[in-house]
Amino acid sequence: MITLKINNTQVEVPEGTTILEAAKKIGVEIPTLCHHEDLCVAGNCRVCVVEIKGRPRLEASCATPAENGMEVFTHSAKVRNARNVITQLLLSEHAEECTLCYKNGNCELQNLAEEYYHDDEMFIDLAHEREHRIDKSTALRYDPSKCIRCQRCVRTCAEIQGVNALSAAFKGKDMMITTFMEKTFGEVVCTNCGQCVVHCPTGALTERTYYDEIWEAIEDPDKHVVVNTAPSVRVALGEPFGLEPGTIVTGQMAAALRRLGFDSVLDTDFAADLTIIEEGNEFIQRLKKKFVDGEEVALPMITSCSPGWVKFIEHMYPDLLDHLSTCKSPQQMFGALAKTYYAEKKGIDPAKIVSVSIMPCTAKKFEANRPEMKSSGYQDIDAGLTTRELAKMIKQAGIDLTKLPEEDFDSIMGESSGAGVIFGATGGVMEAALRTVYEIITGREVPFRHLDIQPVRGLDGVKEATIKFENCKSEYSFLEGAEVKVAVAHGLRNARKIMDQIKEGKSPYLFVEIMACPGGCIGGGGQPIPTNDEIRMKRIEAIYREDAGKPIRKSHENPEIKQVYEEFLKKPLGEKSHKLLHTHYTKRNRY
Amino acid sequence: MASQVKRAEIIFAPYSEYPYKILGEALKKSPDEIIEALIQSGLRGRGGAGFPTGLKWKFAKEAQGDEKYVVCNADEGEPGTFKDRDILVKVPRKMLSGMGICAHVIGAKKGFIYLRAEYDYLKEALQKEIDFFHQHCEKYGLDFHVEIKSGAGAYVVGEETALLNSAEGKRGEPRNKPPFPVTEGYLNKPTVVNNVETFVNAMMVCRIGAEEFAKYGMRGQKGSKLFSIAGDTTKPGVYELELGLTVEELVNEFGDGNTKAVQVGGVSGFCVPRAKFKDKTIGFPGKDDVNYIPTGGSIMLFNHTRSMYHVLENYLEFFEEESCGQCTPCRVGTQQLLKGIKAIKKGEKDPEYLDTLYKLAETMKVTSKCGLGQSVANSFCSIVDEFKEEIIY
Repeated sequence: MITLKINNTQVEVPEGTTILEAAKKIGVEIPTLCHHEDLCVAGNCRVCVVEIKGRPRLEASCATPAENGMEVFTHSAKVRNARNVITQLLLSEHAEECTLCYKNGNCELQNLAEEYYHDDEMFIDLAHEREHRIDKSTALRYDPSKCIRCQRCVRTCAEIQGVNALSAAFKGKDMMITTFMEKTFGEVVCTNCGQCVVHCPTGALTERTYYDEIWEAIEDPDKHVVVNTAPSVRVALGEPFGLEPGTIVTGQMAAALRRLGFDSVLDTDFAADLTIIEEGNEFIQRLKKKFVDGEEVALPMITSCSPGWVKFIEHMYPDLLDHLSTCKSPQQMFGALAKTYYAEKKGIDPAKIVSVSIMPCTAKKFEANRPEMKSSGYQDIDAGLTTRELAKMIKQAGIDLTKLPEEDFDSIMGESSGAGVIFGATGGVMEAALRTVYEIITGREVPFRHLDIQPVRGLDGVKEATIKFENCKSEYSFLEGAEVKVAVAHGLRNARKIMDQIKEGKSPYLFVEIMACPGGCIGGGGQPIPTNDEIRMKRIEAIYREDAGKPIRKSHENPEIKQVYEEFLKKPLGEKSHKLLHTHYTKRNRY
Repeated sequence: MASQVKRAEIIFAPYSEYPYKILGEALKKSPDEIIEALIQSGLRGRGGAGFPTGLKWKFAKEAQGDEKYVVCNADEGEPGTFKDRDILVKVPRKMLSGMGICAHVIGAKKGFIYLRAEYDYLKEALQKEIDFFHQHCEKYGLDFHVEIKSGAGAYVVGEETALLNSAEGKRGEPRNKPPFPVTEGYLNKPTVVNNVETFVNAMMVCRIGAEEFAKYGMRGQKGSKLFSIAGDTTKPGVYELELGLTVEELVNEFGDGNTKAVQVGGVSGFCVPRAKFKDKTIGFPGKDDVNYIPTGGSIMLFNHTRSMYHVLENYLEFFEEESCGQCTPCRVGTQQLLKGIKAIKKGEKDPEYLDTLYKLAETMKVTSKCGLGQSVANSFCSIVDEFKEEIIY
C-alpha cells in the first residue's frame, strides 16, 4: 500500500493507483476529458493536471501513479490557472455552437467551460477559420469542428472494437481525427456500432438523427406510424430523465410513445421471440444436416442480430459468412411483418405504414437502409431511432417520463416473453435460444435453476457453456448424449478471438452469440451517455429482473408467436419465413 | 584578440588504434566498472537534456527484462544543429563502439540507430560500418546486432519516447512518463536511448579514463561538446569546444562584430541578448541555476540587421507545424502564440495581449506532455523578455 496526501488529506491506495483514482477515493473530483474508464490512459488533454510538491511541472493525474509520501494539490491556484488556460485553449479550437448542438446539455467540454467560466474570450477563435466537412453517413455524424482531439474515439475503435476505422492523422495545427485517407464513414471499414459516439465527450461524433422525419410522419393523417422498442431501451430510457441506471420504465415508455402520437406502440421483443423460433430451428437443421445427412454445413452457427457485428464480419471475415445465421435481426423481422402480417390483420394499406424502431444502436440505422431489407415490398423499417433520440422527442413533446402511468403495448406484435427481453444483454440471445432449442429436442425445460443460464451472463469478454442433450425425442435421437459447446462474445475485439479460431479450424463451438457492443445492446452505441461498466451492470441486472418478472419466459410459449405461425407464417423456416424473415450477406473488402 | 574558447579533441581525436580496439578492451571490464567510470567522468547526455549517462545505463542494467535494447538517437532535427551528421560521417566507429559498450553493460542483444529521414544518403556508408562492427562483435564474443531505422521526418520524434513509438511503427507521439525508457522502452523492454555524441563520449571515457575526460570543461562542466555554429557568423561550422564557456567567449570567437543576440539550444532553447552574454554559461545547470543554458549543440547568432519579431515568428511557425498535436497546451498553444503575436503586430490586439500570451507560454511549460511543448516557452519568454518593443511595434 502507498500513503500520500491529497489536498492535505491522507489517503492509502494500492500500488499502481493513479493520482486521479486516489483523489476519487476521498471525494476529490478532478476534471477530465481524454480519460474514460473503458479505455487505456492517454494523458493528452492535460485538463486533469495537478501540482505535486517538489516538482516544477504539473502532472496529468490520470497518467501519474501515486507514490509514497507524495503531496498533491488538485485545485491550487497554480492548477486552477493552468486548467483555466487549457480550457480556454480547447474552447478556442472547438466550434462553440452549443445552442445548435445535439449534445447541448450533455457535453463534457461544456461542463468544464461552466466550471472554468471566463467572462471574455481569452484566445483567438481557431475553429471557424478552417474548412470543416461534416460527414453524415446513414448512421453517424462527424463534425471535426467540435473535435477536441482527445482520441477517445480512436482508442475505443482500436481497443474495444479492434476495427481502427478512426485514427489521428497529420501533426501540429493540422492534427485531426479521421478515417483512412479522409474518406467518409460509408467508404471505410466502419461498422456503424456507435461506440465512438458513446465515448465522445463533445458533439463531434453523434448519430445521424431522424426524429424530424418521424414527427412529420406522425403528424401526417394519411400515415399509420407503428413503433417498436428494443429490449434494452426500457432499462436505459430513464437515465436522460434523471432516473438511476437500471430503472425499468417499460410501461412509462409505452405511455410516452402513445402520447407522442404513434398510431401503434409495439414491441421488438415480440420479434426477438420470433427470431428465437427461426434461429433455433435453423440451428437444429444445421446440426441435422451435419450429423445425419452428412452435408457440408458451416458450424458453429453465429447469431446475426447485431448489425455492427454483421458489417464487421462482412469486412473482416467475408469467407466465413456462411457461419452467420440467415435470420434477420428482430428489427428487420418486425419491419417485414409490420407491412405484411400486421397490415393484413389491421386492414391497412402497407404503403401508408411508416415503421419506426427505437434502438439502443446506431448500426440499426444502417441496417434499416440496407438495399436487401425490402422483403415486404416496401422498405421494411423506415427509420431506426436511438434511445437518445427518443428521449429528445419525449422532451420536445413536453412529457415528463417519470410522471407517466405504466401502460401496455398494443396488440398484435406487442406481446413478448422473458426470453425476448434478455436479448438486450450479452448472452441473452444464446440463453433464449437454448431455452427453446433444448425443449424442442428433449421436450423438457433447460436444466438450469429458474431457467437462468448463468454461465452465459455477465461482462466477461468471451463466455462459454456446455449443454448436454439427454433423453432426446425420437426425431432428435441423433443428438442423444451430445455435449454442445456454445460461446458468447461481446465487443468486436472479443469477436475476433472467436473468429480467428474458426478461421484456423480450431473452434470447439457449435453455436456462438456475438454482439458488437460491450455488454450487448444495453451498452449499445445509441444508449444514453455516459456508459461505463458500472452502468452496464445496472442495465443488465434490470434486464434479468424484467425477465424474471415475466409470466412467460420462453419464446415458443408467447401466444402471439403461436398465432403468427398459425395464421400467417405456417411453420418455422417455411416459405413465408424464408421470404420475410431470412436474409443474405454481402462480402465487403477491407479498404 | 586572443581566442578565449578552448578547442577540445575528444570526439574528433585521431583514432590511431586498430579498429574497435577500445570496444574489445571495454568488453573485458565489468559493467559496474564501466558505469562507475561514466559516473565519475560527469558525462551528461549530449542531446540537450543532460541526464547523467552513467545513471541511465545503471537503471537500464538493473531493470528487469528478458530483452533489452540500445538505441542511438540520430534523429538530429533541432533547427541549427548539424553536429551528429559530422560524427556519422567522420567517426561512426566511435559511436558504434559506444553502443557496443552499452550493450555489454545493460545486457542488450539488439540495438538500432534511429536515423533522421533527411540523412537517408548516409545510410549506405553507415550500413557498411555496421557490418564491419558486427564482425568485431563476433570476434569479441559480443552478441549484439545493430540495424538502422528511419521514420517520416517529424521533429518531435527526436523526443525519445516518440522515437520509440515511431521505431515500433506507430505514430510518432511522445508517451506518458513514467514509465521511462530505461524500464519500459522499445517494445516496452528496458532501453537506453542516447544521442550520437553521447555514445562517442561514453566510448572515449573508456579510452582515456574518467579522470582524463573530466579534465576537459570549465566552470564545473565536464568534457567537450560539439557546437553547430550558424547564423551571422564569420565562420559557420561544427566545432568541438570545452563545455562551460560563456556566451561572451563564444561571440568573441564566432560573432561578426555586431552580434545582438544568440539563440542557444535551437528553437527549444533560450535567446540571450547582448547585455547578458557575460552572465550566461553554456552547460548543464544544477538545480534552479538560471545562468547555465543547456544545449544539444545549436548556436545561432543574430546581428543588428535581424528583427527579433521575425525570429520569434519563424520559431512559432516551426512549432505550430512540428507539435505532434496530441496534447492541448502544445497543439493549441503554439497556434495561439503565433496568431497572437501577429495580431499584436497588426494592431488587432492590444499590446497587453502579450501578457496573456506570456501566461500561456508559462502554462505550456508546466502542463505539456513532452519536452517540445514544455520548451516553447524557453524561446518565447526569453525573446519577449528582452525584445518586447520589437515584438509589439
